[in-house]
Amino acid sequence: MGPRAVARRRPAVIVWVIAGLALALLVLPVLGLLLSAPWPALPALLVAPETLQALGLSVLTGLVSTALCLVLGIPLAVVLARSVAWPVVPRRVLRAAVTTPLVLPPVVGGLALLLLLGRNGVLGRYLAAVGITIPFTTGAVVIAQTFVAMPFLVFAVEGALRGADRRVERAAASLGASPLRVFRTVTIPLVAPGIAAGAVLCFARALGEFGATITFAGSYPGVTRTLPIASYLASQTDLDQSIALALVLLVVSVAVLLGLRDRWLPGVRG
Amino acid sequence: MTTRSPFRCRAALLAGTVSSALLLAACSGPSTGSPAPAPRAADSLTGTVTVLAAASLTEVFGDLAARFEKLHPSVTITESFGGSSALAAQIVQGAPADLFATANEATMKTVTDAGLADGTPRVFATNVLTLVVPPSNPAGITALSDLAEPDVKVALCDTTVPCGSAALALLAAEKLTVTPVTLETDVKAVLTKVELDEVDAGLVYATDARTAGSKISQIAVPDAAHLINRYPIVALSGSTNQAAAHAFEQFILSSTGRAALKNAGFGTP
Repeated sequence: MGPRAVARRRPAVIVWVIAGLALALLVLPVLGLLLSAPWPALPALLVAPETLQALGLSVLTGLVSTALCLVLGIPLAVVLARSVAWPVVPRRVLRAAVTTPLVLPPVVGGLALLLLLGRNGVLGRYLAAVGITIPFTTGAVVIAQTFVAMPFLVFAVEGALRGADRRVERAAASLGASPLRVFRTVTIPLVAPGIAAGAVLCFARALGEFGATITFAGSYPGVTRTLPIASYLASQTDLDQSIALALVLLVVSVAVLLGLRDRWLPGVRG
Repeated sequence: MTTRSPFRCRAALLAGTVSSALLLAACSGPSTGSPAPAPRAADSLTGTVTVLAAASLTEVFGDLAARFEKLHPSVTITESFGGSSALAAQIVQGAPADLFATANEATMKTVTDAGLADGTPRVFATNVLTLVVPPSNPAGITALSDLAEPDVKVALCDTTVPCGSAALALLAAEKLTVTPVTLETDVKAVLTKVELDEVDAGLVYATDARTAGSKISQIAVPDAAHLINRYPIVALSGSTNQAAAHAFEQFILSSTGRAALKNAGFGTP
């Protein structure tokens, strides 16, 4: 079936059935979480100091990571979009490098960060020599989150750049705008929905980060123990507390998604 | 999951190649040229035994499983290691397992209280905490009391796992106030942080310190001997392979099991 046929005809019944199964797989676990939530005890669990501490840390690090992803990721997306004109080898190497954190198990990513930035790491030993140690700090949480979340932003912005009408940029340049001015006043507004979509995905991924964080940053209340880590630790001894923490995570994520306009959501072009 | 929980699965290689007829022949005498170690008796044990065990048992249980499989070629032992409380939570949530061994009696109680144990847990080993530092000992630690110094980076287990509650008890007994940089989810994760020289010191079990060998240095903590962790084991009522599960439990409790545990640095009850 070609793309034109898909657009014009209604999908077959089997497509509806499979789509329903897919949706069930996505939604039912969350429903299970809601059904087993300790509702009467929930208010007390939600305002417990440990919950608020983990929530505060998660939101703070998630926002800082997203900001870092935007600052570093948008230029990288521009380069990646331009790389279609490059020879095949460097083009593929660049794309693979950006994709790696997506396919790497987060724990392995955390270990890699530790071996690079740990006080005995390839770079970390020089930082340690001047008195900077990164592991076990809130900064380490931000680095771990940025590492795993950046590809989401880069690919969202790159997709928007490829879909955008680049002639406007050329027009601006022909009217005498400098490359930086074109980037700032034409390119960025052109792909703003892509940037917003990427930032949402980025924040959501940072908020849910677990493996790289616990390996690279450790787990200490108020410093590195984010909501997912607190929820995991609680699940070993106090399932109610664990579900409460998971619900907080769920509410924050869904609120971010619902708070954005439709056309800014990933995959939707307005 | 935890940063280190190897899911070991050994295929019983002999099972496919040695037929029951050959087994019987091997029992009556060396009539075939097969050099494979033959079981002592014709043996009805078959299938898989899934063992969930405390992270500190990783090496010794791996070794005992390999030896048990040699004795019973039709049995495959599958082991999953992790923090005792995480494993207990998995069992309460219905994880399919046959045998459960924890690093203290409190975590075992979660499973027995839920009515999931088949019989009474039996203590098969004991362990004590010890202080480990990277070989270069960057913070110049000579005694447990050094952990209370403000600039010393210390890794401990979280208090939700046995090694963490043991560490808390030890530090409280010594009246030390320690602010760790991280509270890890199992004892092997603490050891890894020390081995990588990312922290100045950690409290781990004596057996883990022995396994790590020259990758760490050990500093004696004389008073730790008073705070002993007792390791219980129990077969689970949800087991689908009761016979083999009990056989492996007996093997761990046997003189062979005790010798292996002793050799790994565990105390025996």
